[in-house]
Amino acid sequence: MQHIVIIGNGISGITTARHVRKLSDAKITVISAETDHFFSRTALMYIYMGHMKYEHTKPYEDWFWKKNRIELKRAYVQSVDTNAKSLTFSDGEKMAYDKLVIATGSKSNKFGWPGQDLKGVQGLYSYQDLETMEEFTKGISRAVIVGGGLIGIEIAEMLLSRNIPVTFLVREKSFWNNVLPKDESEMINRHIREHHIDLRLNHELKEIVSDENGRVKSILTGTGEEIPCQFVGLTAGVSPNIDFLKNSGIETKRGVLVDPFLKTNVDDVYALGDCAEFITANGERRPIEQVWYTGRMMGEALARTLCGKPTKYEPGHWFNSAKFLDIEYQTYGWVWPQPKANENDFYWEHENGKICLRLRWDKSTGKLLGVNNFGFRLRHHAFDNWFKQERTVEYVLEHLKDANFDPELFKTYEQAIVDQFNAENKTNIQLKKKSWKRILELVSN
Amino acid sequence: MSSVDPSLSIANPDPKDTDVIQKAGLALAGLGVLVLFLSWGNAGIPATIGLPVAILGILIGTTIYSARLYLKQPEGIKNNGVMFKSLTSRGVLGWITGIVLTGFYVILYWFPEYIGFKASGNEGFVALFDPLSMFFKGQPASQWFLYGTLYTLCITSLGIKFLFKYRHNRYQFIRTLVVIASQLFLAYLIPEILEGLNYNGEIINGQGAYYDADIKNTWPLDYDFFYDWHLDAMQQKVYQPVGILYLIIGIAMFLVVTPVITYYAGKRWYCSWVCGCGGLAETAGDPFRHLSSKKLGAWKLERWLIHSVMVFVFVMTAATIYGYFWNTGEVFGLNVYKNFQQPYGFLIGATFSGVIGVGFYPMLGNRVWCRFGCPMAGYMGIIQRFKSRFRITTNGGQCISCGNCSTYCEQGIDVRAYAQKGQNIVRASCVGCGICSAVCPRGVLKLENGPEEHRYDLPPIIIGNESIKVAE
Repeated sequence: MQHIVIIGNGISGITTARHVRKLSDAKITVISAETDHFFSRTALMYIYMGHMKYEHTKPYEDWFWKKNRIELKRAYVQSVDTNAKSLTFSDGEKMAYDKLVIATGSKSNKFGWPGQDLKGVQGLYSYQDLETMEEFTKGISRAVIVGGGLIGIEIAEMLLSRNIPVTFLVREKSFWNNVLPKDESEMINRHIREHHIDLRLNHELKEIVSDENGRVKSILTGTGEEIPCQFVGLTAGVSPNIDFLKNSGIETKRGVLVDPFLKTNVDDVYALGDCAEFITANGERRPIEQVWYTGRMMGEALARTLCGKPTKYEPGHWFNSAKFLDIEYQTYGWVWPQPKANENDFYWEHENGKICLRLRWDKSTGKLLGVNNFGFRLRHHAFDNWFKQERTVEYVLEHLKDANFDPELFKTYEQAIVDQFNAENKTNIQLKKKSWKRILELVSN
Repeated sequence: MSSVDPSLSIANPDPKDTDVIQKAGLALAGLGVLVLFLSWGNAGIPATIGLPVAILGILIGTTIYSARLYLKQPEGIKNNGVMFKSLTSRGVLGWITGIVLTGFYVILYWFPEYIGFKASGNEGFVALFDPLSMFFKGQPASQWFLYGTLYTLCITSLGIKFLFKYRHNRYQFIRTLVVIASQLFLAYLIPEILEGLNYNGEIINGQGAYYDADIKNTWPLDYDFFYDWHLDAMQQKVYQPVGILYLIIGIAMFLVVTPVITYYAGKRWYCSWVCGCGGLAETAGDPFRHLSSKKLGAWKLERWLIHSVMVFVFVMTAATIYGYFWNTGEVFGLNVYKNFQQPYGFLIGATFSGVIGVGFYPMLGNRVWCRFGCPMAGYMGIIQRFKSRFRITTNGGQCISCGNCSTYCEQGIDVRAYAQKGQNIVRASCVGCGICSAVCPRGVLKLENGPEEHRYDLPPIIIGNESIKVAE
């Protein structure tokens, strides 16, 4: 019986383990230095905010692993010997493997800022980060967050839940504008300020200043302004957590280099999730995909390869989601900050300034390319299938009611959206009634 | 890591800037509660002053407090600190509340003289409610009038709090308006007015002839519907045509109305929209919804327990009806009252649904009765599970397994287990409160009624992944 060893118990490693178990009788060991059991990393913020306890973030009860013969080992892998097919743990113990899966995720980026290793300065990725954040935000009077992305706004929301005033330094001229188009980005700027967060756009971090005990006491911005604070959240992205692979013979660049089968240059060694870097990126996707959903899809595919059914990781149409304080965000297909030369653009925003929709479509064919929706919900199956069926923007708008995923009794916006679209594009699109027949066809595909 | 870092509970999660208006609201509601306790202790407050102060103080005070609390903040989910607060995380305040509530139910059911209900004339707590009872029906309050009034007050005032808390969510808003209206009108005002108009509660042949005039309180939740005294009361000449109407509607409710609506909309139309027990759970019980157990073991226990109670009520009612029509009061030589009605009333009617069902809110969550005991929920659950258009649809691959849905499911359903597989949730126990959908940060869950076709589908792989193309 072969022994599959998975380093990392995040969504990528655990999805792999679960699907291997569904497909085979192989011996499975999952190693983690972080926690005994799989938990949802995306829910760390809710533990700090008191919405959940750590226990609630575990998607499976603790007996699940034994019942499914997935062995869990709490250890830190120091090095990998691919010739001997063996791992060495930090305490010197060794473990042999037949197949090795590297799913070690990310670590927070630090760009060499003076003072970046002081006490009270950190990113937020691991359970241990949560513990230190808990420790260093007790009774403080201000926190500063550096970096205008998803983790940054999460930390801001966390700190607000404890009534800690937050200054949010964003290097760009608008929040997350390397991903979001201007209108959406500005909507979030407004919403951040509505929550009384001191948002400083066009602001860079120059230095983090220490007190006499090696703890942060203030920061200096690029303009030389000093902001007193006792906690600094560094959220300028994450990068693959693969230092332990040095000298292992496994090829790496920023991440572990893998082919479409998630295989590394070394036989029987695979990598997936945040720590994997595709030699050839998938279409418009980045070579390193640091997203919950992609880690899960890679795990589903890799499990088949490991069980003798070589299967490429072939993600379908891009989708993602997030929540910015109180505003939910979903996206399907590609919406770039600026429309490309071949793309047309449509933007509708509700008068309350918290709900909006953006569509992008091909100028010549009319085919829908992407959608952003904020403050209301759209059906994943609808857009996934409409992309596959190469539906035009007119078709999509006509059938927009089929895609509405807001709770029942909510106000709907389809008519307002279609009216504005017709006015701007001189079209005469007539909104169709919601049809369960069509919805079921979309869902059952 | 066996459990959450205990240091997490040290930071102060409470809004630090409770303002003057909020404090005034709290003080007013506190004054109302104080009057209740003082009257319980026979402090000698005249009821004509004490009762309005108590009722209006609690109602207006809660409204001011919650309006101020929630309207000051942007609209959105308000679960900050739920796991830290003593009241809502089984802390000292939780235990005190649980013990007070449990004690109150024990006294209410078995020792009403301790709240002042005495044959020699009302005193104290019950006497406080005399003016209102006199107003409605010209007779002094009973312990049940006190209970009904306080129950309605709880649902109304804490329902208003819920309205402010969920003002961004129209499903929650409208649902809660219906909950409040159902309790206030159907369960409280209409029955009291009917009694005032002499359509109920009269002394006939030296006996009180009373039937349950809460039209929506349906058998088998209303387990004594077929008891001889209840059937007889509805047939009293002086109550017609109202009495017979209640009899006909009562039978139609469980025979026709319930299965039909449950087929079209799920059991939620009852459990989280109109039911009195559900109404209290959704309003007063809202802060405790996360305390339900999500363990697989709890689900197993639930299925045994709720269906056992259901069988119990069916057998008890069959015996009752047999005893009624054959006029023997016996079944196979067994006394119906002693062997069926009394044990059911004591064990299920009082102990389970009241003492444990509400008294244990701060320990076991707000739906203990609805989940583990209610035979009405059991009956509708079977329909919902096997023959209904209701489901919670999962939005493709958007689930991030965060666990908010499961945590805040008052019925202890592990919603996430379905959502992360891209599978719809079709469960007998779901009461359709819609909170899972509300707390989901990624727009994954939608309660809806649709065709039965594809209701249960389990996708082979998450959508968005093209790695597996051929059906295997």
